[in-house]
Amino acid sequence: MSIPDHLDVCDEVLALVGDRAEAQVVVSAGRSSLTRFANSGIHQNVAEDAVHVGLRVSLDGKLSSAGTSATDHESLGRLVDRALDAAALRPVDTDWPGLAPAAAAPDLSAGFDAATHDATPEQRAAVVRAFVDGAPELRAAGYCDTDSSVVSFANTAGQRLVGRSTRSTIDGIHQSDTSAGSAHQTSTRLADIDGVAAGERAALKARSSIDAVDIEPGVYPVLLEPEAVATILVFLAAYGFNAKAHAEGRSFAHPGEQQFDPSISIWDDALDARGIPFPFDVEGTPKSRLDLVAGGKTVGLTHDRRTAAKAGVESTGHGVPGGESFGGYAQNAFLGGGSASHDELVTAVDRGLLITCFNYCRILDEKTQVVTGLTRNGTFLVENGKIAGAVRNLRFTQSFVGALGPGKVLAVGNDGRLADSEFGPGGCWAPSLALAGWNFTGGAKG
Amino acid sequence: MFAYADAAVEGALAAGASYADARVVLRASRTIEAQNGEIEALRQGEESGVGVRALIGSSWGFFATAALDDASARAAGHRAAEIARASAVVAGPPVSLADVPVVEDHYETAFVVDPMTVALSEKADLAVAATRAMSDVAGVAVARVDLNCWDTRKWFVSSQGHRISQHIVEAGGGMSAVAVGDSETQVRSYPQSFGQYKTAGWETVRDFDLLGNAPRVADEAVALLSAPPCPSGTTDVILESSQLALQIHESVGHAIELDRILGWEAAYAGTSFLELPNLRSMRYGSDIMNITADATLPGALGSFGYDDEGTPSQRVDIVKEGTWVGVLSGRDSAAVAGLPPGGMVRADGYNRLPMVRMTNVGILPGDSSLEEMISETDDGILMETNRSWSIDDKRLNFQFGCEVGWEIKGGRRGRMLRNPTYTGITPQFWASLDRLGGEDEWTFWGVPNCGKGQPNQAGHTGHPAVPGRFRNVRVGVV
Repeated sequence: MSIPDHLDVCDEVLALVGDRAEAQVVVSAGRSSLTRFANSGIHQNVAEDAVHVGLRVSLDGKLSSAGTSATDHESLGRLVDRALDAAALRPVDTDWPGLAPAAAAPDLSAGFDAATHDATPEQRAAVVRAFVDGAPELRAAGYCDTDSSVVSFANTAGQRLVGRSTRSTIDGIHQSDTSAGSAHQTSTRLADIDGVAAGERAALKARSSIDAVDIEPGVYPVLLEPEAVATILVFLAAYGFNAKAHAEGRSFAHPGEQQFDPSISIWDDALDARGIPFPFDVEGTPKSRLDLVAGGKTVGLTHDRRTAAKAGVESTGHGVPGGESFGGYAQNAFLGGGSASHDELVTAVDRGLLITCFNYCRILDEKTQVVTGLTRNGTFLVENGKIAGAVRNLRFTQSFVGALGPGKVLAVGNDGRLADSEFGPGGCWAPSLALAGWNFTGGAKG
Repeated sequence: MFAYADAAVEGALAAGASYADARVVLRASRTIEAQNGEIEALRQGEESGVGVRALIGSSWGFFATAALDDASARAAGHRAAEIARASAVVAGPPVSLADVPVVEDHYETAFVVDPMTVALSEKADLAVAATRAMSDVAGVAVARVDLNCWDTRKWFVSSQGHRISQHIVEAGGGMSAVAVGDSETQVRSYPQSFGQYKTAGWETVRDFDLLGNAPRVADEAVALLSAPPCPSGTTDVILESSQLALQIHESVGHAIELDRILGWEAAYAGTSFLELPNLRSMRYGSDIMNITADATLPGALGSFGYDDEGTPSQRVDIVKEGTWVGVLSGRDSAAVAGLPPGGMVRADGYNRLPMVRMTNVGILPGDSSLEEMISETDDGILMETNRSWSIDDKRLNFQFGCEVGWEIKGGRRGRMLRNPTYTGITPQFWASLDRLGGEDEWTFWGVPNCGKGQPNQAGHTGHPAVPGRFRNVRVGVV
């Protein structure tokens, strides 16, 4: 079973535009359901059937965009009128790259799981039950969600595409009065989500942290688990590999230079089945793998059609909704895995800190990628190559690029998986990393 | 539109809900983004739909649909009840609702110029001209203007008899200049980072005087590249009012959210260092710290007539002469805590579950002024305009960066400092507050991008603030 596409709505809108303008229409429809729990009980349980029609028109190079959640003919007519009327009032956009040409996109139908689309609140509640039962003596909180979407795209240049995807996530913590531990799983299928395993992992971290102690701030080697690495990838993608930021001089990226340790390779691949696959971007450009860092050397930037045209290259298919001002973004970033087991990673750190995840990271300067944030949900001291005990959360002020620089990576884990950065579920595939130094600038007492 | 909300509530009750409410929402938005003399984005959005909330036992069930017809609304109510019922698999304690008056009413934002009817050409011309005025300054790499407005109409119905319609109008925006050096970037923004927003009309934007401020903003961004860095150490810090507003938002506003205190947000946004048994006795700050949550302030971004549970807007004391005395609450959280409901539950659209949100959480003025504070400071730093913000999941350990610092020596404002940062622990920091600006410096700052909840919601919150001085603060964190 598959949810229907909305190419008919795209066609209706394009017919309403007629020959008055170039146009592209994106209809995003889907079902999002999220079961949220706290204090070991479900307290918020939500779902929506959503649809959004996005129209972009170019009236002889004068652009405007408009959107609506209504799909009746009258509302679509108003949508077209609004977009055309607004376009007529603005100057010609000399950087308008034109519409995406007709080109086939990969068939990623395997990335859509009908059972996840049809998941019931009872099924999500069962996953939550399994997570909560992992530690009856602790307080559990988090969510289990299922999400399905079908995106229909058509433009007046002849491009017509449909993409479908599903995703499910369990993200939760167990808490004692003095500690917390977290776990995360994301997949295209709810059936892959193991609430028992996630609950046990979170409980183990929480129980292991009950007697956490303060540690003096300073520079320590660190073992970053996949959630922490995923947060780094988000910052590198948003502020660094973004071709618009690069063109404006705000990015750290210097393509062709060895800016990272040779053990670091980063790429974006929306077609990789290990991630959440999707076949095209918001401009209708088919997706493909794009190398960003190869063996430590920066080799790629993420372009949408606008930045690509200005740079004299082809779009890499990284346009995002509302991205005219933001630029291209790697939504499916991968950091290549290594061979180190968890024990080998701990041994590589020798004396340092194991970080489960980061919290509230904010960038101080885009060009240097200096970021401040905190550790959360499990921070542990490593001594003599073994985990010696838990420490309380620490604040850091650290350049993410600097931390991954040549000679700074001690080992790369073999535990790569979809990981939840602090900004959302499962967009990045990341392994654990052992790094030579991380600058902690404060603790619980300031 | 009341009819669709009625149908949704009836559907939920028929499916077994003990209580239900529904909101029909029509929301229009207009956005203009300009950079370096060109319009980058011109967007017009319209969304409409109905969201219905059903209570069964220990959980809310919520369902939303964009389909606005009787059958779809009724089915949405049924789905909401079904979802709530499924929560019994992992039940918590039963939910009850604190009593509020059952009201039939209408509320409208007061405004002078309807922002939805202002010609796009006027908005675009302003945005382009302001970016050009900044770009004209040598050394500015990126000059940006963002202008936004929202027109929201809501119809709320509850199974207890509420029938409330509201028309909320919001407008604002701002500009920034980025200068790029060999090894770092510097930015200056106006009126504040991410812009300034109000529940008001287009007069909000006209009053900014973007063109008049553009050269100064650009000059300061460029000058920052060669300014000396903020020194590391401990010193007195004066925060201009928009930075104090963000300090309030992060270290007071979120900490006093009752859902956080009760653990309902523990996994994502976090909890709070505040514990209910300490309400009315714990020292939050110094004697001159008086914080209110006041949703009745005309023009402030967090003002409205009724929240999304039908509770009237109101003013609640939060911190009184340094003592913690109040929280932000809704009907369910207030019932758990045994407190009166504060009317602070809102959703960012028809398709989101209403939750505890800041209204206008701000500090009351003192009797000093920015100039007086500077003159009374022998050694310190004035910090202006937020650049980075980070605080832990209990709202205790924070670190903020500002766009610009100004050295203060011997009671005089001196040279510019780049990359100013400060850090602290919430109650210790607020205990060091010893000067506040006066009523004529009281500004209703608006934050249009407060993230909270799963699925995430962007809240619009207000923060009245004045300049304030804090003693012995750790600065220049590296």
